[in-house]
Amino acid sequence: MRTAFGPRSEGAHGASGMSDATTLFEKIWRRHVVRPETAETPAVLYIDLHLLHEVTSPQAFAELERRQLSVRRPDRCLATIDHSTPTLPPDADGAYAWHSEQARSQVETLYRNCARHGIELHGWDSPNRGIVHVMGPELGATQPGMTIVCGDSHTATHGAFGALAFGIGTTEVGHVLASQCLLQNKPQTLGIRIDGELRPGVTAKDVILHVIGRIGVGGGTGSVIEYFGSTIRNMDMEGRMTICNMSIECGARAGLVAPDETTFAWLRGRPRTPQGPAWDAAVADWKTLRTDAGAAFDRRVEIDAADIEPSITWGIHPGMVIGVDDTVPSGSPDALDYMQLEAGVPMAGRKVDIVFIGSCTNSRLTDLRAAASILRGRRVAPGTRVLVVPGSALTRRQAEDEGLDAVFRDAGAEWREPGCSMCLGMNGDIGRPGDLVVSTSNRNFKGRQGPGVRTVLASPLTAAASAVTGRVTDPRELLDAVS
Amino acid sequence: MNTAVIESRTFNLPVDNIDTDQIIPARFLTTTERAGLGRACFFAWRFEEDGSEKPGNPLHGHRVEQQAVLVTGENFGCGSSREHAPWALLDYGFRAVVSSRFADIFRNNALKNGLLPVQVEPAVAAYLLDRPDQAVRIDVGTRTLSIEGYGAFEFPLDPFSAYCLTRGIDPLDFILQGAADIDRYEEQHGK
Repeated sequence: MRTAFGPRSEGAHGASGMSDATTLFEKIWRRHVVRPETAETPAVLYIDLHLLHEVTSPQAFAELERRQLSVRRPDRCLATIDHSTPTLPPDADGAYAWHSEQARSQVETLYRNCARHGIELHGWDSPNRGIVHVMGPELGATQPGMTIVCGDSHTATHGAFGALAFGIGTTEVGHVLASQCLLQNKPQTLGIRIDGELRPGVTAKDVILHVIGRIGVGGGTGSVIEYFGSTIRNMDMEGRMTICNMSIECGARAGLVAPDETTFAWLRGRPRTPQGPAWDAAVADWKTLRTDAGAAFDRRVEIDAADIEPSITWGIHPGMVIGVDDTVPSGSPDALDYMQLEAGVPMAGRKVDIVFIGSCTNSRLTDLRAAASILRGRRVAPGTRVLVVPGSALTRRQAEDEGLDAVFRDAGAEWREPGCSMCLGMNGDIGRPGDLVVSTSNRNFKGRQGPGVRTVLASPLTAAASAVTGRVTDPRELLDAVS
Repeated sequence: MNTAVIESRTFNLPVDNIDTDQIIPARFLTTTERAGLGRACFFAWRFEEDGSEKPGNPLHGHRVEQQAVLVTGENFGCGSSREHAPWALLDYGFRAVVSSRFADIFRNNALKNGLLPVQVEPAVAAYLLDRPDQAVRIDVGTRTLSIEGYGAFEFPLDPFSAYCLTRGIDPLDFILQGAADIDRYEEQHGK
């Protein structure tokens, strides 16, 4: 059942006119063209890994059955349950607190579909179950140079490994199930160079919020973004995943970071990565996956890391970003009205009802460590509720091995089972109308975390600091106290 | 559904960045069907939690039979990849959406379901947003949006989508017709 997706043979590519300087995107694209784009038809692109979850797959499987088609490559599919699953542990009888009968039925449908088509499913009993974009990398299923799709817009996360990863709709999920291929018009490329050292208290989340604030929620539309520069080079894999994850929030089709020693070290020895001599061959191939000197992007943006503050959103889409100590800008009456704000007021100091630490953006071990570094030995402010939802069962165990669960519990936070949880509130983890939520997730759209709920996107450090004070708080105030 | 020509009137939601959580909130995504999502469409804009109509519902008075063309602000459909968004819009009764910019995944999902994303210059969108209930004609064959009393404007539509929409060709059939290419690719690349 388990397949190590080894490196592709190089023979066919050696002499295929690769002498011109090309981008990382172009290299991965060329390796996967089954039929090239023509004036009339999009390219047919081969997909190496298809990730599935319960929400966007049932109608695709139903369509396959209606047409009497089989899954072409079940060995290239990998499924989990994450979106509509409860994050409270089962009761003494093993019963889960389902938000609705329909949610339970949706998960059961995925179980049935995976069993019928021979697809590996990480369900309740799997030690690897988790948010699909946390689990894939943890299993080593995500590898450099791959094409990866999932019926989920945050599939861009996997680009952190130098994989070309697209979020797709349910019809396309059906296409990939039936053919292992995706129709794709060739995107443009956007190079985002970030150089310099991040200031204390500034994390990958602040970097990507800053980027989205700078280029806007539609600034990446039609493009694949490659992030590069010294700031990215010096960033750990979790940080790179956070950055690539939110590429969709500026409209980009995918985000990419070229693989390097940090990538290889992170992947080595994971269950689905090549082992032994195959590993060395894979790494040798992966090292070629970089944008050549002189290769041109369609557009470029340059960012100085020193300009980035701990950043938060103040409004109703992820491009409405300010530094945590800045004041709310004018010009968006609808956003001001929904967020119950006035232009010119500071965000810092506003009362916080809920803090959510989790989601495919910020639920990995390093995120939990960052939050714990502030919560250790402190208490959550009275009147503030804190949910900490690890991204996977593996992350949860690792955090517990380090005693992070005790830090959170001692502080008065809830330590939950893995899942998407309050990022989109599908499983019933939501706030009350009017609640202000400081959230490490990726979208602050109206009502996303519950009807009338107001979301402030932030880093795990900012979220934890806000938990301690019960107010939107610059994490540097508490970091100083730590050191 | 014949999407080749749409003759209808417009209905305006003059809001930029309408995201998929507005089009259909996540809590309605637990369905395993495509049908019946019309009530969930713009749910939080239309209904109170108890199901009664919300005061100030921007879709109040919408004559969906006559006004099947939605006109919106820029960057329509940003956010998640949920195909439930076009399913909900179609089930509600919309057949086309006019905007000066669409999010990529939404555009893809819409086209695969016969909901037509009509991207126009900001000035054309602004003209329509200033004048509710305009008679329009959308011709997929010529990729033209005609606005009565104003003019005709070409909109971008990739040739393959136009071909699929006008001929009723299914993209999956197109891919599977090339099954031999997929076999060959897998063999050559050791997949």
